[in-house]
Parts: sequence; structure tokens; C-alpha cells
Amino acid sequence: MYKFISKLVFLITVSYSFVTVAAPIETFQFDSPETEKVFHKLSEEIRCLVCQNQNIAESNADLAKDLRLEIYTMLSEGKTEDEIVDFMVDRYGDYVLYRPPFKPMTWLLWFGPAIIFAIGLIFVVRFMRSQNMSKQTERLSEEELERIKNLHAEQDK
Amino acid sequence: MIPELGHFALIIAFAVAIVQSIVPLVGTSKNQTALISLARPAALTQLLFVGLSYAALTHAFIVHDFSVLYVSQHSNLVQPLMYRISAVWGSHEGSLLLWTLILSLWTIAVAVYSKNLPEILMARVLAVMGMISTGFIAFMLFTSNPFERIFPTPLDGNELNPLLQDPGLVLHPPLLYMGYVGFSVAFAFAVAALLGGKLDATWARWSRPWTTVAWSFLTIGIALGSWWAYNELGWGGWWFWDPVENASFMPWLVGTALIHSLASTEKRGVFKSWTVLLAILAFSMSLLGTFIVRSGVLVSVHAFATDPARGVFILGFLVVVVGGSLALYAWRSATVISFGRFQWFSRETALLLNNIIFLTATTAVFVGTMYPLVVDAFGVGKISVGRPYFDTMFSLVGIPLLLLLGIGPSIRWKGDDWSRVVRTYTLFFIVSLVAGLLIPFMVEEKLNLSTGLGLAAALWVALTTLKDLFSRISRKLKLSMSYLGMVLAHFGVAVFVAGVTVTTTYSEEKDLRMVPGSSYNISGYEFRFQGTRKVQGPNYIADEAVIEVWSDGELSGELLPQKRVYSGKSNPMTDASIDKTFTRDLYAALGEELDGGAWSMRVYYKPLIRWIWLGCILMTIGGALAVSDRRYRQTVKNKVLEKNTAAASA
Amino acid sequence: MENNQPSLLKRFMPLIVFLALIVLLAIGLTLNPREVPSVLIGKPAPEFNLPLLFNEGSFSNKDFIGQVTLVNVWASWCFACRQEHETVKHLSRNGVRVIGLNYKDEPDAAKSWLAKLGNPYQAIAVDYKGRIAIDWGVYGAPETFLIDKDGIIRHKVIGPLSDKEKYDELMAVMNTLEK
Repeated sequence: MYKFISKLVFLITVSYSFVTVAAPIETFQFDSPETEKVFHKLSEEIRCLVCQNQNIAESNADLAKDLRLEIYTMLSEGKTEDEIVDFMVDRYGDYVLYRPPFKPMTWLLWFGPAIIFAIGLIFVVRFMRSQNMSKQTERLSEEELERIKNLHAEQDK
Repeated sequence: MIPELGHFALIIAFAVAIVQSIVPLVGTSKNQTALISLARPAALTQLLFVGLSYAALTHAFIVHDFSVLYVSQHSNLVQPLMYRISAVWGSHEGSLLLWTLILSLWTIAVAVYSKNLPEILMARVLAVMGMISTGFIAFMLFTSNPFERIFPTPLDGNELNPLLQDPGLVLHPPLLYMGYVGFSVAFAFAVAALLGGKLDATWARWSRPWTTVAWSFLTIGIALGSWWAYNELGWGGWWFWDPVENASFMPWLVGTALIHSLASTEKRGVFKSWTVLLAILAFSMSLLGTFIVRSGVLVSVHAFATDPARGVFILGFLVVVVGGSLALYAWRSATVISFGRFQWFSRETALLLNNIIFLTATTAVFVGTMYPLVVDAFGVGKISVGRPYFDTMFSLVGIPLLLLLGIGPSIRWKGDDWSRVVRTYTLFFIVSLVAGLLIPFMVEEKLNLSTGLGLAAALWVALTTLKDLFSRISRKLKLSMSYLGMVLAHFGVAVFVAGVTVTTTYSEEKDLRMVPGSSYNISGYEFRFQGTRKVQGPNYIADEAVIEVWSDGELSGELLPQKRVYSGKSNPMTDASIDKTFTRDLYAALGEELDGGAWSMRVYYKPLIRWIWLGCILMTIGGALAVSDRRYRQTVKNKVLEKNTAAASA
Repeated sequence: MENNQPSLLKRFMPLIVFLALIVLLAIGLTLNPREVPSVLIGKPAPEFNLPLLFNEGSFSNKDFIGQVTLVNVWASWCFACRQEHETVKHLSRNGVRVIGLNYKDEPDAAKSWLAKLGNPYQAIAVDYKGRIAIDWGVYGAPETFLIDKDGIIRHKVIGPLSDKEKYDELMAVMNTLEK
């Protein structure tokens, strides 16, 4: 279930009064479409800390507004994307980033799926090998050949 | 009085559930038919009492019985009838009751539609489902009683969150629960088979249609939630990678692996213990999803209940259900012998690869959802995992999966000639790749690799799926419903991928400051802001903006976004206005009034976004078609298969 | 017939993985998911120079040198600040140097709030736009920073100081510092 539950629970249980569901809409002027893109990307990847699980682009919380303004100001001053990310991390920690940094602590996060994939492949290879090994020791019986025919016939049905 | 009856009915249902989970099992071990045959009536009695309890809670909502705490928290006098009925599952306690009711319904469905099952197996299946039910009813009775009274009785209740007052959302939780709980059937079949120590291909044939139905419900349930979020939240997004969304996505991913693995097990008798494990895993993910949503473990306010007692209960329940079944698996799977051999290049291998990829995807969602918790638990810091991580992982997983999807269905069981497949599909591969890369090149006049690959993948899946269909038609092969279902579902995947790719790359959004009479151009559409007016709704007042949309000198639509203030609430709500067509959505959300009569507003252009949900609908229909296959009507025996099974196990 | 019996380890693997996971979840249940430790601990207080609420002049990070200081982020609109106010007063009475950082507040509202509830602060710096608070990694009021006499941030309390656990923790860190 979706963001709405967040909203629901927020409104019911949490006393942050500044949370509203109205979409935050601001009318910043950018000097180039590229800068605007960077602004959107950053505000979608920076976490709104007081909202628990929302990025600052989606939130109307005071702090989210301040941080959007901060990003906008820094971009207008010609700061790069990396500089702004570092700025945020220096103040709020890795927690502020929705794109977890790549470091020993997060290796398992970034490689975990690949490890599972590799284990799966190894499993398949070993399974097939053991199957082929035992195949060499026996020959297909008449009955089995018949079955193969049946199966081919069946799958084509 | 009626709430007490409802509570009482729940207590009786609890007692019946205990009987249902124990007595038939005693019967099977002692071989006493009387005890075995108790399973069905027990399940029926349970449905009756859970149903009564559910009816009592619904009644309390309908008649505004605010002396019931849950009713007073989630409804008030002006709430329309439909939203009072749906308020039953608007929050924690009631949604548990719905969960249990749906479980009872699934149990009865199994009891009714599987008349041909051996009595002993049926008794075991119903007993396992009874155990799950026991757990959930106990959860309600001991930690989350929906019938709790309050004194003094309030004169009026708290309104259900206006966000939840939407037809899409009325249906979303029941559909999702149908899916979640539906996996309990495959789970129960798996555990029953392990209990009996006999796992054969017939087991797969019994559980396969149930799994497919559950999967279809889950698919449409998730899609509906996404659709709702897109329509109501005003952020233009359709998926947020939120822990609560992930909680529903993980069972879907494992469930998808399961329906593919069941195909191998049913047709060829292979991967039996693997399939059993997946069945256990799919339902475990449903339970884990429930756990994540309800205990507040994760940094997500989404937790309905930040009540540790509930968390401890669910944790204990997980240990018993999942731990128990995995222990049973460890104990019994040694007796499971897979027969049937296949070559490297065969449908079996393709399906195995499919399973590995889906498991990898599940791992990505799982690790992404749980990692912040783990890092925290070990006190090494705090991190967030969000969209950038998941998007990266899914684009990596998506490529091999979609590549495989294209050729998988045309590879023969047991073994095939790879050069035949390569010969057949090389042209398709080249055509899709070139066309896929060319489309973004023509639009942007530069190479866009990620978009190109996305489109190529969508084309590849669509073309190969159709190619397989037409080659079967031209060979005059009989097309079974389950085959057609598969074709439709796979085609749905292509539509979905195309929608996601195009929407992600070519959407445009703009936050604007507009004065009445001004206009703005976005992707060939001119948005003309005419002004705002006050609108009075049934329980809100709104500012409504009138925006005309012109394209090619013609009026093509009118957008009327609102900013609503509901009675009794201070925070305004955004009600976005969307002009929908098959190829694009135009979207406007109203912000705040600025100085000089201007308003801030956000406009979007979202090409092909509808294809995302269309793809999901096709997948759902595909699932429904597959289930309607004659093979699954128990009266029609599949002679060939049984002969094969008999021959193979000889 | 070939026998694809899984090995003992393979059969128990799912159970082992699951139990490990349950242990993690159980640990997770005991944690408070809302607390974010500050990355600024152990680092010098961020540079700033802000006007004072009552007097002319200003307050800067250099003014931390030489004395252990508590920086209390507060605002008159903040409900929890009212809750902790007695605790802040108690600390101030017992000789702790408490500096207020008035966060996104109207000066007049802040003044009348203090007139009504008492002013425990030795000085109050005004961060009207909340810009300095960003440098401090503040995400709401109230928050309290403990700064040692070299101007290094030693501890941070999120939420009201009236919470006994948080208060004791703060005191424990403060007692280790050289006066």
C-alpha cells in the first residue's frame, strides 16, 4: 500500500503540524534547462528528514522548502551536483541521500543481488553437471525414448 | 449489543480455527475418517463466524455506532455510505478482520473446488489454513480488537482520511489482500504435501491454478494502488519504492517466480523441492509484508501501528509459520526425488533462469528495504535507500529477464536445438535493437542508450511473443487457454516496459507562476490559465483553476485542478486534474495563490503513462485466461500427463 | 533412476537464513526508528555570525571558545520547546551556559514568549531564515547541542530535554568535559 498510508498515518499519529498533502509548487527561475534538471534530480534524491520517507521534492515541510531553496541558491552560485551532495552529507549524514553512497558498509547492499544471481547460476551449472554425469553411466531405455516422443508430441499440442 | 456479538463471533471463530487446525491432522496421523472429515465443516463454520463478525463491524459503521472506538476513529456522520463500508478496512484492526475473512473465503473455495483431492490431503490443506487463521484471529483478539468500546460515547467521529475517500482506494486493499492471502493456498498445499511426504506432479497441478488466481489479484491490486497514487497525490509519480509498496511487490516477484516454476513441475516433474520452497517463500513474503506494514520496524510512518506488542506478536507468528514450514522442508525434502532430465538448452533451464532472475530482483527489493534497518541494528550509522538504488537494480535485472522472455516460450521442453532458436530470432533481435535505438534518436536527434534499450526490450518481447503465437497458428496447433493467457501476460510486459521507458524519459513537468490570461507551452500543448473560482463540494470547499489546453490551434481539453479544504481540516489537499488519452496524459495541480492574482501551479506532460497500467491489466487478464484452462477442471483428467507421471516414477 | 537428493546443508539453508533474519528483525524492534545521529559530533561548531534577539551586536562560533556551552534551538511556535523550557531553566540556574538559537521565528513573538515563560538564555542568536540551522544539521525544534570549550560539538539531543533518558545522556557527556 502506498504513500497514502504514510499520509494517513502521519495525519493520525504524528504531530508534525507542517505536513500537508498539497503538492509543493515553487516557481524558481533557472538559467538553463540543464540546471533545472539537476535541481529536480537533487530534490528527488534528497530525503526530507522530518517526513520520514519522502524526498524534498514531494514534501511541503518547512525544512524541505529550506533545503530546496538552498539547492537552488547553490546552483545559481554555480555549484556542481557533487558539491551540493557533499554539502548535504556534511550536515545531515548519509541518511539524507536516497542514493546510498558506495563504501564498505554498503557493499552488501550494492552487491547482494549480484551475489544471489551468481549463487543461482552456480547452482544451475552444478545441477546440470551432476545430471549429465549420471547420464553418461546409463543409456536411454526404450521406454524413455518413447516418453520423449510423447512429450514432444504433447508440448506441440 | 451487536458489537459484542461481533466480538463473540470472533471468539467462536477462534475456537473453530483451533479445531480446524488440529483435529484433521490428528485424524490423518491416526487414520480416523471421522476426524479427517471434520475439516470441511470446521472451515465452513469458521467462515460463518468470521463473516458474522465482519458484518457486525460493518453494521456498526453503517449505523454510526461511535461507542465502538474503531468506528469513532474512522467515520463521522457526514461520511457517505460507501466510504463508511470501506472504512472497515481503513485502518489496522479492521483490515486484519478483512484479511481473516478473505482467508476464510479462500479456504472455502479450496474445499468446494477441489472435490477430487484425496481426503487426507484436503484435511491437511484445510488444517494448515486453519493454523494461519488461528494466528490472525489471535492477533486481533489479543492485541487489536476492532470491537473495543469507548466511554463516554462521542457525538461524532473522526472523519476517514479524505485521501482514502476514493473509489480506487475502496477496492485496492481487498484486491491486494486477495493476492496476499491467496498465496496461503499454495503454501498450504506445499506444507500438506511435505506433511504427507509425497510430492508429485499432481501436487503442482492442484496448486497451480490457485497460485495463478492469487497472482492475478495481486497484480491488479498493486496496479490499482499505483493508479490511485498517481491520480490523488499530485506528484505525478506512479511508484515510489516506499517500504509499504515494496512489501506488496516482494510477494509479487516471488509469486511470479512460483507460477513459472510450477509450470516446470507440473509439466515435467522437475524442481519439485525448489517449487515447494518458492511456495513457502511467496507466502512468507506476504506475512513479512504484513509485518513490515504493521510493526513500525522500518523508518516508515506507514506502519499502521507503532505498537511493539503487535510487532512481537507478528514476529512470533512468523517464526512459527515460516520457521515451522522451513523446518518441515529441511526434514522432509530429502524424500523428494526429482525425476526427469533435461539438456542445457531447454525450456526447463530457461524457467530456472527466470526463477534466478526473479529471485535476484526480490533480493534487490528485500535488501533495499531491510538494509537501513540492518545498518541501524548494528549501530554503524543510518542510511536511506530509495529510487536511485532500485531503479539501477531493476534496469540491470530487466535486461536479461526480457531477453530471456523473448525466446523462453519457444524453447522446447527437455532439450532443443539452440541453433534453431538463434536462426529464428536473430532477425527479430536485430530489428528490435535497431528500431529501439532509432526511436529516441529521431525524437532527440542524439543517441539515448538507456531509453533505446528499454524500447528495444519492449519491442523484442512484443515481437517474439507474437511470432511464437503466429507460428503455432500457422502450424495449426491447438492453442490452449493457458498458452493464450501466457501470450497475453507477456505482451502485457512489453506494453508495461514501453510505458515505463517512454514516461520516464519524455515526461515534462514545470512549476509555474501564472496570472489569469497567461499561457505556457509544454511539448506542443499550450496551457491557458483562465482564472480560478470557488467550488463547494459535499464536505469541502475548493479553489478551482480553469486551464484550457490548446494544441495545433484547437481546444483539446480543459483542466480543472482543485485545492480543497475539507471541513474540520486545516491543511489543504491537492486534487490534480488529468486529461487522459491513450498516448499521453496532461496533468495540472494547483498550488498557492501568489501576489497580484497569480497562482503557482504544476503542469505535466506524461506520454504513454497509461500503458503502465494497461500492461498490468493485460497481465491480470492473462492470468485469468490461464486459470480458465480446461486442464484445471478436475473432472477432465489429463491422461497423457498422468501416464507420463506414472511411467516416470516407475 | 537418478537421485537429486539435496544435501543436508542445502536443506537447512533456508531455515538458517530465515532465523538470522528474524534475529535482525527482533533487534530492529528494539530500536527507535526516528533518531538520526548527527554527523557533526566531534567536529568544530559551524561558522556563523548572527544578530542577537535582545541586544545590539552579534554572536559567532568564536564565542564558544573557553567555556562549555549548550546551544538550544527553539522557537515560540514550537510546542515541544515549551515542554522542555523548565529543564532549560533548571540547567541555566545550575550554572550551565545556555545559548539560544531562535529558529525561524518572529522576534516579537519570541520576546513575548520569553517574557511569559522566563528567559534562561545568556544570549539568543536569531536565525530568522533558518539558514544557519541547515549548517548545524538541524531539522526541527527543539534540538540541543553540547559544545566543549574548544568549540567542538560533543553531543546532540533531538527533541525535548525534559525526556529523562535524553537528559541523563547529555549530563553524562557533559560531566566528562573539562570545565
